[in-house]
Amino acid sequence: MNKVYLSYNNIVSSYGFNSEIALDNIKKEISGLEWVDDPTLLPTPFYSSRIDQEKLWQEFTALGIQGQFTRLEKMMLVSLHKVIKASNLPLSSKVGLMISTTKGNIDLLDTENQFSKERLYLSEMGKVISDSFGFTTEPIVISNACVSGILAVAIAKRFIRQGRFDHVFIVSGDLVTKFIMSGFNSFQALSDQPCKPYCNNRSGINIGEVSASVLVTNDPDFLSEEAVVILGEGSCNDANHISGPSRTGEGLYQSIRSALHQANLRAKDLDYISGHGTATPFNDEMEAIAFDRLEMNDIPLNSLKGYFGHTLGASGLLETIVGMHSVHQNTLFATKGFQKLGVSKRINVIKETTAKELTTFLKTASGFGGCNTAVIFQGVK
Amino acid sequence: MKDNPYKIAAYCHIKQQRISLNGDIILENSEIDFPSFIKSVYKHFDTDYPKFFKMDNLSKLAFMAAEIIMRPEKKGLENNQNIALVFSNRASSLDTDRKHEASIKDPNAYYPSPAIFVYTLPNICMGEISIRHQLNSENSFFIFDDFNAHYLSEYTNCLLQDVKAEKVLCGWVELDENTFEAFLYMVAKNGPIAHNVEAINRLYKKSWEI
Amino acid sequence: MGDLKQELKEKIIEQLNLEDISVDDIADAEPLFGEGLGLDSIDALELIVMLDKDYGIKLADPKEGKKIFESIDTMANYIAEHKTK
Repeated sequence: MNKVYLSYNNIVSSYGFNSEIALDNIKKEISGLEWVDDPTLLPTPFYSSRIDQEKLWQEFTALGIQGQFTRLEKMMLVSLHKVIKASNLPLSSKVGLMISTTKGNIDLLDTENQFSKERLYLSEMGKVISDSFGFTTEPIVISNACVSGILAVAIAKRFIRQGRFDHVFIVSGDLVTKFIMSGFNSFQALSDQPCKPYCNNRSGINIGEVSASVLVTNDPDFLSEEAVVILGEGSCNDANHISGPSRTGEGLYQSIRSALHQANLRAKDLDYISGHGTATPFNDEMEAIAFDRLEMNDIPLNSLKGYFGHTLGASGLLETIVGMHSVHQNTLFATKGFQKLGVSKRINVIKETTAKELTTFLKTASGFGGCNTAVIFQGVK
Repeated sequence: MKDNPYKIAAYCHIKQQRISLNGDIILENSEIDFPSFIKSVYKHFDTDYPKFFKMDNLSKLAFMAAEIIMRPEKKGLENNQNIALVFSNRASSLDTDRKHEASIKDPNAYYPSPAIFVYTLPNICMGEISIRHQLNSENSFFIFDDFNAHYLSEYTNCLLQDVKAEKVLCGWVELDENTFEAFLYMVAKNGPIAHNVEAINRLYKKSWEI
Repeated sequence: MGDLKQELKEKIIEQLNLEDISVDDIADAEPLFGEGLGLDSIDALELIVMLDKDYGIKLADPKEGKKIFESIDTMANYIAEHKTK
């Protein structure tokens, strides 16, 4: 059976419009979070990372794509364009398009705008993205809460293994909006500080916005330098509560076990874990419990939420891309915001940028609805 | 595409105030508005699950469709079966999104509700079903323009072939403004109907004269 | 205070979608969380919203909620003392 890889990739973030600039800042432990005082988004100020509007407009205009596009679509088009261009892959009937987002163009609900109501529908947004590049296959939108980005990777791999596609481009993104900010605020989930994953005085999340894209392929002729093989994946529900994570980390535990089983690996074969680490009291504790159950206490682990904030439908893919570069550079990146362990089980949180030979890593994510996803990757060296 | 040995073991369709199971109409209801309709369906099947009343409309619809299919599954079987959920729709959670938006529109009456906000994600309906039936299983929610038997069947085959699931409950759960529809079918190793695109579409498109 | 307690019971039933519960089913001193009404973490957050919306009380620290929402009695006492609406 052919291997399936993650290859060319792009990150559009507050750092800039490519993966390299984001990685550069992460390596230097520079956070992309900033203090935002904007009552149209939230009555009280908050920390967030957002893409520069002016620069996004410039990057987008340079694409020369005709038509009217929403803010999120511009982010996605800029990101995906770079990956399509880098891969030089013709868009045949064996090339799929997947879009990972939790809320899509939800800002259109709120503001007076020139777009028709139809644009609120995620499949419409999918068509807009697809048509802009000339994809010939029906786009697949994945909207599965905060695991969407990494679940899309698993789903792309599954479709490729079934023979539907040889290649899948995934583009992901979500916006910082009043809709989202008000909702998480009603959950008392927002921190008034830059977030502190796994930390003893963590006080909640920051929301950030990003678009991240990647090429998933079964063809070794389309591999970028930092390409990785997808060894195994699993996505299991907690079956416990629709917003609170399982106290035993059951869904995450089973997801990781499923991924390990498919990869034919054991926990000790992992060099690094890119956790979800949203910095809520319950999420980080649940992850620690799951990792402990799997005897992963000593595997270096980080959360990247301290750089970008929680980027919702993009987070799983964004953080996977950082993981790819981490392995490629043989560098473990610090968990920005972490100071002292504040979970009941021992886990090995990476505190500072550290050189280390890396080959195999695990990406996990969890989300509302009790969902969890785990995918294991290995560097192609 | 690969051949598959899987079968459709059961299917349920809720549409135009009618509910059918495996092709037979089991309930007809003249309630015009969805909340009254789905409440009467809940009571008709003696459901006894108080959390139902906290759910949003989309979750109530998905929950009852799953309930109707899963009832025969429950006879003599324990919970914790490995039944994956692969759902899809067009409108995502827009019905509830609009309610959340309404709660934050007026800065002088700004009272966002966590009980509403949590349902502004389409996959929550699968979470509710997972909790009810204790399914620690694979869940994926897709958004398509229309019901897409091609993608759903291939994805389902993959889950079964990779032994990620023993059965897959899949389909379409759509609720938006004045329309609602749920079409769920159980794919398993055994059953009366072959699991292929032609059969799925045939079952889906079955409509009844009004 | 009796009116306020009655009002709270009605509001809770409506706000939290407690379908088969009536006002008579809720005793003044009965724990609201845990067993009995089976309220969960989302319900607790909803009650915080209710305090703000209906009584003009914004909790400085949401963790205070645990004590305030112990029972109808504790809720009524707190509201009587702090309400601004």
